Amino acid sequence: MPFYVSPEQAMKDKADYARKGIARGRSGVVLQYDGGILFAAPNPSTALHKISEIYDRIAFAAVGRYNEFENLRKAGVRYADMTGFQYDRQDVTARGLANWYAQILGSIFTDSNKPFEVEIVVAEVGSSPDEDQIYRITFDGSVAEEHGFVAMGGQSDQVAGVLKQHYADSMPLADALAAAIEGVSGPQNGERPEFSAGQLEVAVLDRGRAHRKFRRLAGPRLEALLAETRQPRSPAGGGAGGQSGSNGTGSSEPDGDAPPDSEPGGSGGGAA
Amino acid sequence: MVFDSHPPGQPAASQYQPGLGHGAFLSPGGYLGYGTSSFADFLAGAAPGLLPGAGSALPPGGAGPASAGGGRDLADSVPHGTTIVAAAFEGGVVMAGDRRATAGNMIAQRDIEKVFRSDDFSCVAIAGAAGIGIDLVRLFTVELEHYEKLEGRALSLEGKANRLASMVRANLGGAMQGLVVVPLFAGLDEDTGRGRIFSYDVTGGRYEEHRFHAIGSGSVFARGSLKKLYADGMPADDAILACMQALYDAADDDSATGGPDLTRHIYPVVATVTADGFRRLSDSESGEYAGTVVSGRMRAPDGPLAQLRQGPAPAG
Repeated sequence: MPFYVSPEQAMKDKADYARKGIARGRSGVVLQYDGGILFAAPNPSTALHKISEIYDRIAFAAVGRYNEFENLRKAGVRYADMTGFQYDRQDVTARGLANWYAQILGSIFTDSNKPFEVEIVVAEVGSSPDEDQIYRITFDGSVAEEHGFVAMGGQSDQVAGVLKQHYADSMPLADALAAAIEGVSGPQNGERPEFSAGQLEVAVLDRGRAHRKFRRLAGPRLEALLAETRQPRSPAGGGAGGQSGSNGTGSSEPDGDAPPDSEPGGSGGGAA
Repeated sequence: MVFDSHPPGQPAASQYQPGLGHGAFLSPGGYLGYGTSSFADFLAGAAPGLLPGAGSALPPGGAGPASAGGGRDLADSVPHGTTIVAAAFEGGVVMAGDRRATAGNMIAQRDIEKVFRSDDFSCVAIAGAAGIGIDLVRLFTVELEHYEKLEGRALSLEGKANRLASMVRANLGGAMQGLVVVPLFAGLDEDTGRGRIFSYDVTGGRYEEHRFHAIGSGSVFARGSLKKLYADGMPADDAILACMQALYDAADDDSATGGPDLTRHIYPVVATVTADGFRRLSDSESGEYAGTVVSGRMRAPDGPLAQLRQGPAPAG
């Protein structure tokens, strides 16, 4: 080895490299609503998913480098199906899966020259909102348990800030989607871009469904839901794009100034 | 993950070993990596001991295919599932199975379930050694869902039928020892909207059956019965009743097939697959069909009479 690099420096370089890679992509959000857990991410592709089903009650969302998180997703499906086959379907939990991902990402971060440039969320819908579990796992294998909502990606802190203004416990699905769109649009002054159904990837873990809870919302279903999110927010008659999200002036929205989210560490807890 | 099925000193391909980097995860058969979308293939690499029928092979010198010794004893000592019938109807397919499992001359269980949902648009049932068969169905069900999750789309009906064939073939060793398992598979062909039925032999031979089919010890009687009762383009209701009649006839003449148990309220398991998906009839629904059959047999114990003389050929 021609040059000596201190371990601290090597780790820092790797972390910077991974953060930069993740920051190039767009953010994704995961939040609880009254009927389950909502996932949303800007994604024009209908073939390459950022949000996917892992098991009966568990879903996966990721941002970063596609081939890397796709590989992790497939590994997670193998892990979940293997665990469920070996024991029982109810023994597959988001907690177990999150820990397993943390092991993999941690060992890759430590042992290989190139860390994975990904950030993932594993969520499990319970039989009541209190039993929902949301875990965020970062490129170095650190895990954070989140409550209510979580943002991932390069601008996750800003996105989480916007979400915090719009999020409330037990929101209906349309309100939750509106909050998610505010979040992924980012804090911009003035007009924000309108998302059409083709530009968003949206899925839910629906508490009310039997057996497999995961459901993608796309096409006409998503269009209808998007129309619903726009309707109450622009009472003035469809002025392009609702309110500006930056400083939470959404007075037209009943829960616009959200009650202070009492959960500590609601955002950005995981980065090392 | 460590599976105790591996010989000592030989690490599982998927086993995570600290310090090996993600090489351990990336190795063939590992979780990360470029494997196929088949769960059974993955299982064969990662934990072959969990495959259905693994370990059922007897030690060398034990019962062979020709010897009637240990293999017969083993086969008689474990529960066996018996009769399954299936029939296509307008827009779908129905599958029904009796509730008896036998071990030799004993009734091992009187309320066993042998008809299963394999995914939203297919169902599978087993006849033969129940332990291996139920495990086979479990693996097949995970296999279909696994493929769907990894690939983002479900397998075609043909693809599902072929996958089941290779799983049955994998148990050939067990079958030679006397632990024969054969499934019956049926589902909706989403392209044509027709119900289709596939039968299998122990070597993994896959045969598409038309109109109706039966497997298991009472299948001869059930098939004879269906032959006289089945009509093309039957509505679902009639096809279910025809299957129920056929199971009654099988139970009438085959000691290993159980009839509807009115005293304990145990009725055949009936499942349908239509464009609306898989549906297992509730016990009370199934009981109604069984009740119709039984009350009819009170008057005519041999069941509905088929027309003796066929009418003239249709004109033209």
